[in-house]
Amino acid sequence: MDLYEYQAKELFGRHGIPVPAGAIATTPARAGEIAAELDAPVVIKAQVKTGGRGKAGGIRPAAGPAAAATEADRVIGMDIKGHIARRVLVEAATVPFEEYYAAFLVDRAEGTFLAMVSAQGGMEIEELAATDPDAIVRLPIDPATGVDADTARLLAAKAGLPEQAAGVLEQLWRVLVEEDALLVEVNPLICTTDQRIVALDGKVTLDDNAAFRHSWEDYEESTDSLEDRAKAKGLNYVKLDGTVGVIGNGAGLVMSTLDVVAGAGADPANFLDIGGGASAKVMADGLEIILADPDVRSVLVNVFGGITACDAVANGIVTALELLGERGHGRPIVVRLDGNNAEVGRRILSDARHPAVRQVSTMDGAAETAARLAAGA
Amino acid sequence: MAIFLTKDSRVLVQGMTGAEGTRHTARMLAAGTDIVAGVTPGKGGSSVDFGERTVPVFGSVAAAVAETGADVSVIFVPPRFTAAAVQEAVEAEVPLCVVITEGVPVHDAVRFRALANGRTRIIGPNCPGLISPGQSSAGIIPADITSAGRIGLVSKSGTLTYQLMYELRDLGFSTAVGIGGDPVVGTTHIDCLQAFQDDPGTDAIVMIGEIGGDAEERAAAYIAANVTKPVVAYVAGFTAPEGKTMGHAGAIVSGSSGTAQAKKEALEAVGVRVGRTPSETARLMRSELNRGTGA
Repeated sequence: MDLYEYQAKELFGRHGIPVPAGAIATTPARAGEIAAELDAPVVIKAQVKTGGRGKAGGIRPAAGPAAAATEADRVIGMDIKGHIARRVLVEAATVPFEEYYAAFLVDRAEGTFLAMVSAQGGMEIEELAATDPDAIVRLPIDPATGVDADTARLLAAKAGLPEQAAGVLEQLWRVLVEEDALLVEVNPLICTTDQRIVALDGKVTLDDNAAFRHSWEDYEESTDSLEDRAKAKGLNYVKLDGTVGVIGNGAGLVMSTLDVVAGAGADPANFLDIGGGASAKVMADGLEIILADPDVRSVLVNVFGGITACDAVANGIVTALELLGERGHGRPIVVRLDGNNAEVGRRILSDARHPAVRQVSTMDGAAETAARLAAGA
Repeated sequence: MAIFLTKDSRVLVQGMTGAEGTRHTARMLAAGTDIVAGVTPGKGGSSVDFGERTVPVFGSVAAAVAETGADVSVIFVPPRFTAAAVQEAVEAEVPLCVVITEGVPVHDAVRFRALANGRTRIIGPNCPGLISPGQSSAGIIPADITSAGRIGLVSKSGTLTYQLMYELRDLGFSTAVGIGGDPVVGTTHIDCLQAFQDDPGTDAIVMIGEIGGDAEERAAAYIAANVTKPVVAYVAGFTAPEGKTMGHAGAIVSGSSGTAQAKKEALEAVGVRVGRTPSETARLMRSELNRGTGA
C-alpha cells in the first residue's frame, strides 16, 4: 500500500524527522486558512500517488493566503496521469541549499534490505541511475544489525552528505523497520541555507501482509466501489478496462487467463482470483461482482481442479447461478474445467442445462469463445 | 532422482494439528510422503491418527528432530507465527523448510532468509511446496494430476504449476517446485535451475514466471552461463496494468520494471523458448524432448 506524501510526512514527523510545517486541505478556502496560519509563503502540492507532479503543474508556490486559495483551486481536481488530486498539502515554502536522495527498501532481487543514498537529489532516481549510477551509494543492510549511528555516518560520508544528515538516515531506517515498510524514500532530502536537514518530499510503501500488527485503517481507501465490495467479501479483484469478465483459481492462472483473453483479441474486464477452494459461495460472490460491472459482456470461468476436484467446482458454479438468479442479465458464461475429475465436472454442468453457460474444454478455446461472445458474435 | 525432496526424505509438519495442516498431511501421506512427526507447541506427547499411519506430535521442532530424524519441515502455521516457526526449524538444523503460509510480512521473510543462510534451504513463503512424483510431496501440490518422469519444473505460481504438470502428465516430472509469489522468497528460480542442471534424473526444465521483480531476467543470465539442458518458459501477466498487485504480493509492475514483455525478451535472448499460453509451453517442451531423442 502506497501512502500519500502528507501521510508519509506525518510518519516522518512521528519518528523525529524534520518536515516543513503544513496541513492538508480539500477546499481552496481551507488552503487559504492554512497559509494564513503558517504566516509565510507556501507551496500547494497535489496529493496523488504518482510521480511527475511538478511537471504536470501540481506543485505551485503562493505568496500569501489569497494566492494559496487561488492556486489550490487550480490543483484540486487536477488529473495527473489518471490520478485525481482530491487534496492538497499546504506547506511553508522551504528553500534548499542542497538537494540529496535517501531511501531504504526491501531489495527483492537479493532478498534483503538496501540503503540508497546520493548527494544528487531532486531528479527521479531511475533517471539518476541511468545517467550517473556512480552517484548513488548502495549498501545492503544486515537485518540482524540494522542501521546504527556508525552505519548512518558511513552512509552519509560515502554519499557526500553533510554529517548532520546521518541522524535523519538513522531515523528513516527506523521508519522502514518499525512501520513494516517496503520502501521509504525522500527525494529531495534537503539541507537549508541555515544547515538544517529537512525531508521535502516523502514516499512510503507499506507491506499489506503486516497490517495485522499495525493500525492502518486510516490509510485504506479505494475509488472503485466494485473493488471495495470485492475486498469486503474477501475476494482478490482488480478492475480493468475491457469487456470479458475473468474468474479463476490461483493468481498465476488468472494472470495467464487475462493474457490468453487478450491474445484472443478481447480486453479483460478484471482480475479475480477466487483461490484454491472455489466453493459455491465464493463462486457466487465472484460472479456477482463481475456481473455488477456494466462493461462486462461475457464471463470466462477458468478453473483448474487441483486440490479441489472439478466436480466440486461444477457443483459450486451450478449453486452460484441459482443464488444469482436474474442478476446475471443473460450474459454468457464460458466455463473451462480441467484437471482432477474434469469429466465428471463437465457432465454436472451439462446436466444442469443453464441457458447462460457454455463449456469449452481448453483454456485457449474458452478464451476465444468468451472474446467472440463479448464482441457480440 | 529428484531435487531437494526424495523418497528418503523424512518430513515433519509444523502446525499439523490445525485444520489445513491435518488436511494436507493426509494428502501428503497418500502421495507416499514419509511423514514422521507433527509439531504443535503445547501438544507434545499426543498423536494424530491418519488411518494408514499414526503420526506423533511434538512440542518443538528440536524434540521432533531428535526423536525421528526428520530432515524436512512443512509449515502450515498462521502468518503471525510463521517467523517463529521458521526460526525454530533453522535452529533445529532442519536442512529443508517449506513455508506454505500466505500473508507472511515481508520483513519477517527477509529476517528468516538471513537467519537460514547457509544452514537451511527455505522454500516459500506463500508457495504450494514441492513434489517429486512417486516419491514424496512437501506441501499442497496435488499428487494425482501427474506422474513421475524426467522434466523439472520451477514456478512462482501454484495453479500454473498444476496446469503444466497436468498437460505434461504423460511425460512426467522429476520434481516440481513452487517457489512462491511473494517479493522475498527463500529459494529462487536460479537455485532450482542449478539443482535441475545437476540432477541426473532431470532431462529438461520448465520455468514459469510472472510480472514483478527481475528474477526471470536474472534466471535468463544464469541459463546462458550455466544451463545446458533444454529450458522452456512461460511468463504470466502481459495484460497487468502498472501499479496494481495481481493476487500475489510480488506480482506488480512498477514503472517500466517487472513487465512480462521484458522477462520474455530476456529469456528469448538467451535461446529459451517462451510459450504464449500454458498449452503452447507444454507443446514447446514436447518438441524440445523430441529433438533430444532425435524423434
